[in-house]
Amino acid sequence: MRLEPRSAPAPALSIVYPALAILAAMVFAGILVALGGASPFSVFTLVLKGAAGSQFAIVETLTRATPLIFTGLAAAVAFRAKLWNIGAEAQLYIGAVMTVVLGTGLLPLPWPLLIPVLMIAAMLGGALTLMGPTLLKVRFGVDEVVTTLLLNFIVILFVSMLLEGPLKDPMGLGWPQSPKVVADAQLPRLIQGKRLHFGFLVALACALIVWFINTRTTHGYEMKAVGYNPNAARFAGMPVDLVMVKTAILSGGIAGLAGFSEVAGLKGNLTLDLSPGFGYAGIVVAMLALLHPLGVVVAAIFVAGVFVGADAMSRSAGVPSYIAQVMVAASLLCMVVAVMFTRFRLRWR
Amino acid sequence: MNETVLRIEGVTKRFGALTANDNISINLHRGEIVALLGENGAGKTTLMNILFGHYTADEGSIEVFGKALPPGEPHAAIAAGIGMVHQHFTLAENLSVLDNIMLGTEHLWRLSSDRAGGRRRIDQLAKSFGLGVAPDARVGDLSVGERQRVEILKALYRDARILILDEPTAVLTPQESISLFATLKQLTADGLSIIFISHKLNEVMAASDRIYVLRAGRVVAERQKTATSRQELAELMVGRPVPEPKAEPQAPGPVQVELVDVTAKGLDHVSLAIHGGEILGLAGVSGNGQSALADLLSGLLAPASGTVRLFGEAVHPWTPNRLSELGVGRIPEDRHATGLISGMSAMENAVTERYRDPPFSRASLIDWPAVTRFTERIIADYDVKCPSPRADVRTMSGGNMQKLILGRVLSSDPRFILACQPVRGLDVGAIAYVHAQLIAARKAGASILLISDDLDEILGLSDRVAVMYRGQISAPVARAAATVESIGLLMAGHGFAHGADAHAA
Repeated sequence: MRLEPRSAPAPALSIVYPALAILAAMVFAGILVALGGASPFSVFTLVLKGAAGSQFAIVETLTRATPLIFTGLAAAVAFRAKLWNIGAEAQLYIGAVMTVVLGTGLLPLPWPLLIPVLMIAAMLGGALTLMGPTLLKVRFGVDEVVTTLLLNFIVILFVSMLLEGPLKDPMGLGWPQSPKVVADAQLPRLIQGKRLHFGFLVALACALIVWFINTRTTHGYEMKAVGYNPNAARFAGMPVDLVMVKTAILSGGIAGLAGFSEVAGLKGNLTLDLSPGFGYAGIVVAMLALLHPLGVVVAAIFVAGVFVGADAMSRSAGVPSYIAQVMVAASLLCMVVAVMFTRFRLRWR
Repeated sequence: MNETVLRIEGVTKRFGALTANDNISINLHRGEIVALLGENGAGKTTLMNILFGHYTADEGSIEVFGKALPPGEPHAAIAAGIGMVHQHFTLAENLSVLDNIMLGTEHLWRLSSDRAGGRRRIDQLAKSFGLGVAPDARVGDLSVGERQRVEILKALYRDARILILDEPTAVLTPQESISLFATLKQLTADGLSIIFISHKLNEVMAASDRIYVLRAGRVVAERQKTATSRQELAELMVGRPVPEPKAEPQAPGPVQVELVDVTAKGLDHVSLAIHGGEILGLAGVSGNGQSALADLLSGLLAPASGTVRLFGEAVHPWTPNRLSELGVGRIPEDRHATGLISGMSAMENAVTERYRDPPFSRASLIDWPAVTRFTERIIADYDVKCPSPRADVRTMSGGNMQKLILGRVLSSDPRFILACQPVRGLDVGAIAYVHAQLIAARKAGASILLISDDLDEILGLSDRVAVMYRGQISAPVARAAATVESIGLLMAGHGFAHGADAHAA
């Protein structure tokens, strides 16, 4: 038994194999559910209902998917150039801090000006957060996996300090939370009275823009070349270090937008539970999407649906909602295998 | 002498529609060196995999020392006394020579290893075959030639009576190859029999007694070394007459590339001038600064002192990008590591140096249809065999990769071509093609610096020849005045400022 590379990956396979991967993950999770004493079919039906069974469920899933699209794109952009940005969580929080600092009355601007300013500020904040590790990598060869990962903890402690100090809401009854952003800084809801907000459309636009950059621009081409073989890229005359820096600006900027979107679109203020690990979940989303920016949208909605659906299911079926994490993790592992099979075929000798 | 130690009878192996081995019969006598000569894909490796039980033949049988070899059992061949030296060595770099050789020869349940006994045997083997290697040296510290000796010792330690060498000189310098051939002769004098797999005509002629030529899975000819010639073997191997490209004499043009007293990491006060319409061959034992010079002229390494003038001008900044813009075409030494980006398609690779310029991009937007048309033209003009411009270069053969690089370089009409090991690892047909293209570029007036480990290639193509030794370059001599002996002396350091001490040692 051995693996042979396929000469050209068939486009049909790159749809069929990921679908099979999700199916295999469901079977695996189903076995666990059965071991837990519940019926897999009724549990999956409940998960599906909870994720997409009603208007409320769909809106909830898309709301949950919004930050995952941003963080998923941040990871996908960086990983394509082999810049291992594990720090989307930190970049998200810095983006949120920028939004709160400038959006709580400091800038007396009407919304058509204030919102673009806040978006740019959040992107700059996220990009600068990633710039330190990137420059250390480019200049001194410091492993960015370590620096971006550890920066997450530093930034979260920094945010905690801000929320206990300069950013603390004087009307917050002592809770570590910032004041609410002004009305002009808030993103409109997409549906009256529902949680889904304009940030979702911004996320979709981001995915389209990244797709365009990847496939049509010289920068997207450089990122791909540097990701596959930096030595050959340097030999060909590509500015490898500059490409890394540009990639970091794009990736960190998108992650910063996630923080802006959560604060300005959903929560209104900054708390320490703004992100329940969206930055890390974005890595899973990016991998599930095989780093394709439009795939990121699909993968983010899938992951969000599994989590939202599992929450609803656990309330009625008594199976712990941790099954959601098993399903997402199993999907990721199956996807890795499926990817291998789209690029290689198995040969029995 | 006439005892047949290995008999392969009518072996056939099919992979789907492809017949990799078609009714192959080969025999090997005691004390004989037999060469299996064939291009890449002729079926040499499949045959060896069958011999070692990695594949099972569909038809045919194998006999070793008169006994049938059971098919599909990897240990049977080793137990029968066959040892294999692979092209890519199978040594653990962080272990000593002794450990590497003894590894796997003792029972797992032994409480201690008989290292003293092992050392004695290795010493004795090394002495009787002239395979001197320090048993306690770490393999990672050894040169490539020494590692190969360890591989051979490893096979001998396991009592191999038949030795199979797969492309043994692919990684060796000419000097190391010569010493390998001497070792092989000594082994056969002791009664060992050797199969030597290769696609290089010179070494097959130099090392073997008898030659089997494989083509497309069949044995197309069997020749005694004394009864054949390079030219005949080349034709048999490729299946058609192979023209040996010859450069017509022509008057050199003005100096295009000029290095005056240049130093850099690995380069010691180098001066060199290359004229238009001239191929300057640079010989030398590998590791004497050739890669530093190649890096310098590729733009990867900036000169620390001295002056470099390209086409009469000083160049600033000294970057790969600037050099390509000025008309420097670069064929890198390692097409996998620096020449192409595997994982990307042929078309993406075709424009790695020119994607910023029209017609391939405007205002940072890439015009993919223009890139596709350009790649299709390279594929057609330079005879690149690949299914489409979208095919991943990783699925292409070495020869086709090199043709793609050649197309990328030559299609921009470079005024100076840096060709580093341009035919390393290619088969005869592709070598002739690459050489013919270089000669055509020379005829069109380009200056070419040919850096190669292969002295035959240098003497065959160059107008002038220089030698590199310890970061210095000798004064070039005209091809007519250069002989293998005189170049060989320069390669050993004679005639260089600091060359005398190397000779004394």
